[in-house]
Amino acid sequence: MKLWKTILAAATLSLAAATSAFAARTDLTLGIVLEPPHLDPTAGAGAAIGEVTYANVFEGLTRIDDNGQVQPALAETWAVSDDGKVYTFKLHSGVKFHDGSAFSADDVKFSLDRARAKDSLNPQKPLFAHITDVTAVDPATVKVTLDGPQGDFLYDMGQVAAVIVGKASADGNKDKPIGTGPFKLDHWAKGSEITLIKNPDYWGTPAALDKATFRIVPDAAAAVPALLSGDIQAFANMPAQDALAQVQSDPRFSVVIGSTEGETILSINNKKPPFDKLAVRQALASAIDRSAVIAAASNGLGKPIGSHFSPGDAGYVDLTGVYPHDIAKAKAYLKEAGLENGFSATIKLPPVPYARDGGQVIQSQLKEIGVNLQIIPVEWAEWLSQVFTNKDYDLTIVSHVEPNDIDIYSRPGYYFQYDNPKFNDVIKELGTTVDKDKRLELLGEAQKILAHDVPAVYLFELPKIGVWDAKLQGMWTNWPIEADDLTKVKWTD
Amino acid sequence: MTAYLLKRLIIAVLTLVLASMVVFAVMEILPGDPARLMLGLNASADQVEMLRDQMGLNAPLVLRYLHWAGGLLSLDFGRSYTYSVPVIDLVRERIAVSLPLALIALALSTVIAIPVGVFSASRQGRAGDTLVMGAAQLGVAVPNFWFALMLIYLFAVWLRLVPAGGFPGWGAGIWPALKSLILPAVALALPQAAILARVARSALIEVLNEDYIRTARAKGLPHRAVLWRHALRNAMIPVLTILGLQFAFLLAGTIIIENVFYLPGLGRLIFQAITQRDLIVVESIVMLLVAAVILINLLVDFSYAIVDPRLRGRQ
Repeated sequence: MKLWKTILAAATLSLAAATSAFAARTDLTLGIVLEPPHLDPTAGAGAAIGEVTYANVFEGLTRIDDNGQVQPALAETWAVSDDGKVYTFKLHSGVKFHDGSAFSADDVKFSLDRARAKDSLNPQKPLFAHITDVTAVDPATVKVTLDGPQGDFLYDMGQVAAVIVGKASADGNKDKPIGTGPFKLDHWAKGSEITLIKNPDYWGTPAALDKATFRIVPDAAAAVPALLSGDIQAFANMPAQDALAQVQSDPRFSVVIGSTEGETILSINNKKPPFDKLAVRQALASAIDRSAVIAAASNGLGKPIGSHFSPGDAGYVDLTGVYPHDIAKAKAYLKEAGLENGFSATIKLPPVPYARDGGQVIQSQLKEIGVNLQIIPVEWAEWLSQVFTNKDYDLTIVSHVEPNDIDIYSRPGYYFQYDNPKFNDVIKELGTTVDKDKRLELLGEAQKILAHDVPAVYLFELPKIGVWDAKLQGMWTNWPIEADDLTKVKWTD
Repeated sequence: MTAYLLKRLIIAVLTLVLASMVVFAVMEILPGDPARLMLGLNASADQVEMLRDQMGLNAPLVLRYLHWAGGLLSLDFGRSYTYSVPVIDLVRERIAVSLPLALIALALSTVIAIPVGVFSASRQGRAGDTLVMGAAQLGVAVPNFWFALMLIYLFAVWLRLVPAGGFPGWGAGIWPALKSLILPAVALALPQAAILARVARSALIEVLNEDYIRTARAKGLPHRAVLWRHALRNAMIPVLTILGLQFAFLLAGTIIIENVFYLPGLGRLIFQAITQRDLIVVESIVMLLVAAVILINLLVDFSYAIVDPRLRGRQ
């Protein structure tokens, strides 16, 4: 009896506390699925690192906004030389790192030199490959020299792995991230939550939130009750699966379906027979019904794609009609390849719902043209070593979440094992083209080559399922980069 | 007694050595490169190789085993690849969640199971027994993650008495911390209680058929006294055995419950470390658990001697 009384009393108290907090709420608890292994975006690839720290804790010279556009950040303005090789960045003044030290051009030089150094472990080292020199002209001016014009340079400097770190604090960033952003780390209870608090000395527009907690909710089944009970008020990308309808019908929550940069594709080992034959790849593309895959693998929310390009990005060409779903045609392609009786192959599926669910649909669709797939479920670690590193696979399903990554098909040794000189030339030209219209034209050309040549079967763009309290404003709709930028997030009444 | 103890100790040490070899070998066979996992898809092969060197992964297998096992002997459990902090610190943080959780669950399951077992045994075959054992059967059969979710919907979403998950840390105060352990403990305890109750019932029924019970009844002892004082004590050995096994299970087997309630416990840590190929964390924690299980088995052996005086004289 006594226990019940205590429980009741506690419940009443917590209810009272909840009501009084309604007045002017300035705290937010967000749910994230994966815990970042550490908090240094310049030292690890985990998407969760950027989710927590980008724009909140760390800032770069430029930044990417929620529309995927480049905006100034630590660099107030910049000028590009006529030959496109020299960028002169004018830095904001009065910027301080969270440890109180002043930010200056030296830190920019240090950060960029560190990222491109020989012994650099930066996960996106290719971003810095074209830099030949970084000079701190004066404390507020940095000159970056490239080996040639780079069309994407300003965008690249706004990416997660290109954030500016302090000379003195860089080595400790994994555990105690020291950036220049509007939030700083308060504490990290490993395995449980990461709490950021407002940085009172922020140089720009201060954040509306005083405190933001990223709570780690690894289990999809636990995410829904956590939201319904009010423990968690926002999921930038909720692992909702079948329970989404339940949340959608609840007026307390906003459900905002946006897009990511995740091209979900059926990757093909292009050097492995019989996939080295174009007709076989065309047969696969014609036999697969995208809408059925999308229904099973993303609750019908993903946008169909016909090439390796996000429908939300400038320069997108709709190529979903190049190989329409047509069993007869698919069989004809197989006959052309001399495989009218079909063949057997394996498909390795990483442990994500889109791959496991999508793989089963594709297995049954390909059976119709006599292609028998054996499903091999793998863990991420196995996928990385077997499929990505050793290229020991026939087919696999994976979402390529890096932004603007159509160039991966021209990378030597990449796991697609695709080598098309015509495509490589387009990418090479794109790399050095600065003119906007010319760039879009080249991007379109690259998309078309991939759509017709089928180095992979393009399925859909991974959706971002944003779910948050209806009173919350300023969360990102889309994920041009995986970041939970909280700088404009606030509670309304 | 001393010879018996010594023998048990030698066996325990040998088990530990053997276990360390098996654990190490299994983790090495597992495909997957921790360095590639950390650096991601865009890192070059050179970068991955450099990180492997830094993490000491390129040293010969035997050397690495000896280095690790040697460290264990001096209670140095190594450093986590992913978190880059000493493993022992991680364990210390996590055990502060898992140990109390396991203890509460164990206490709960005992407090529920023993009276239920006694009740059932004393009404063997009657309606009460059938009902209770039916419920116990259900308790064994229901998957505990499903049961946990039902508890969450009832007590956290609908009644809002406790949080739906998470752990505020003991620093937030005893009550908030305990509050977040109540549901997981119940979810863990009930299936265990069901098993324990069935064991207690059958052990008790066996004892109740013994001659000395008939004697006790014949001399006019009340039913309660026979049941609780004479019968239960003799039925304790199988119950203690199961209890010992359960504790080991609770300590290590909380992976599912800790995931459903997103508690930062040992089970979660192991699960995460396996997927991230944080080999050293998995190896060291599994060894700690092996040591804990061996220790608990020793304790159970001693407790037999306490309940059963006949065992004390045996060698």
